[in-house]
Amino acid sequence: MTPLAAVIRRDLLVALRVGGGALIGVLFFLSVVVLIPSAIGPDLPLLKRIGPAILWLGAMLASLLTLDRLFTADHDDGTLDLIVMSRTPLELTCLAKALAHWIASSIPLIVATPVLALMLNLDAAATLGVILTLVAGTPALTLTGMIGAALSVTLRRGGLLLPVLVLPLSIPTLIFGVVASNAAASGQPLFGAPLSILVALSLFALVVGPLAAAASLRQGLD
Amino acid sequence: MRLAGSDVTCVRGGREVFAALNFAVQGGEALAVTGRNGAGKSSLLRLIAGLLAAENGSICLEGSDSQRTLGEHCHFLGHRDAIKPSLTVMENLQFWRDFLGGESGEAADVSLDGAGIGHLADLPAAYLSAGQRRRLGLARLVTVRRPVWLLDEPTAALDSHAQSLLTRFMTTHLQTGGLIVAATHDVLGIPARELRIGGAQ
Repeated sequence: MTPLAAVIRRDLLVALRVGGGALIGVLFFLSVVVLIPSAIGPDLPLLKRIGPAILWLGAMLASLLTLDRLFTADHDDGTLDLIVMSRTPLELTCLAKALAHWIASSIPLIVATPVLALMLNLDAAATLGVILTLVAGTPALTLTGMIGAALSVTLRRGGLLLPVLVLPLSIPTLIFGVVASNAAASGQPLFGAPLSILVALSLFALVVGPLAAAASLRQGLD
Repeated sequence: MRLAGSDVTCVRGGREVFAALNFAVQGGEALAVTGRNGAGKSSLLRLIAGLLAAENGSICLEGSDSQRTLGEHCHFLGHRDAIKPSLTVMENLQFWRDFLGGESGEAADVSLDGAGIGHLADLPAAYLSAGQRRRLGLARLVTVRRPVWLLDEPTAALDSHAQSLLTRFMTTHLQTGGLIVAATHDVLGIPARELRIGGAQ
């Protein structure tokens, strides 16, 4: 098995075993989306109108919630030291860890979306729009979040710093995700442009994220 | 193969830990780094591993593949043992074998048996005692071959049987031309040159 495949396999195993916390994000997503209709009341047109925004907000906060797992555990048990010393470039290892984290934390969110969309009175077109935009946008959330996770890992109480660092970087993804979902929901022809921007954000983060994360991990060694 | 440091100065948190340290170890030799608590024994190991940057001076491994950094030639066994509690003992070891790569040493099950924890291979590592975690760390050292071993307090938490095991592992490593730098308070159990940091106290 190649080193990167080994990283992905191990991170997935750790995340999926008991105590790994891959499902914390989905549970949070579920609670947010279930609670909002209860709070707003049975106003179906309103729910339909704000549904895509609620789904996106829930997915974004849920992916933020699990971000600090990306490096803190490895830092605390000394794994990170050995990863930095290894013969595999740190950038590629970061990319592999981000991929494993995306599979373990974002794919469950995307799978849960159709079920939750029912609660928000979204029709098939809108649901499909939200799913497509989540597939295109969550890699950007994970990869930009990884920069914040790497920066905060070596700081004491870095967990507090993480949302402050990552939230502003995630706002563009949120905006274009919701715009594209709304366009899909209302059948406007505006779906393509914001979706392309989402994909562009993800591709940009794919290049910058691992480089920046690796640089800040090296800088933060102590 | 020769590991040499010249005029190495280490500064951590704005405080000078040690200054102008000189040392050299040949292949087949062990260096025991001693000194009081806080003298910088662990810092020296982390400097060699490339996990800290030296304020001054240089450390180099002569006679090695120059394409690689010094850290890539090293095994590091520190206080934090890089073991995932939710994975089994075997999965932990296999991960490091696959991830560290390079020239492989003994097969994973052979080295677990050699470290005396072969019967625990399928147990989640969360249930290991401190000494057994240490043995798992030792198994990693022989599963993947690296010429330089950096051992931080290798005898901590080991019972007498495990200490003789460690001695055997280290002796074999030295016989195959490897070299060892160990920070220790105890006797190391093998003939070693001593490097004392921070003067005699």
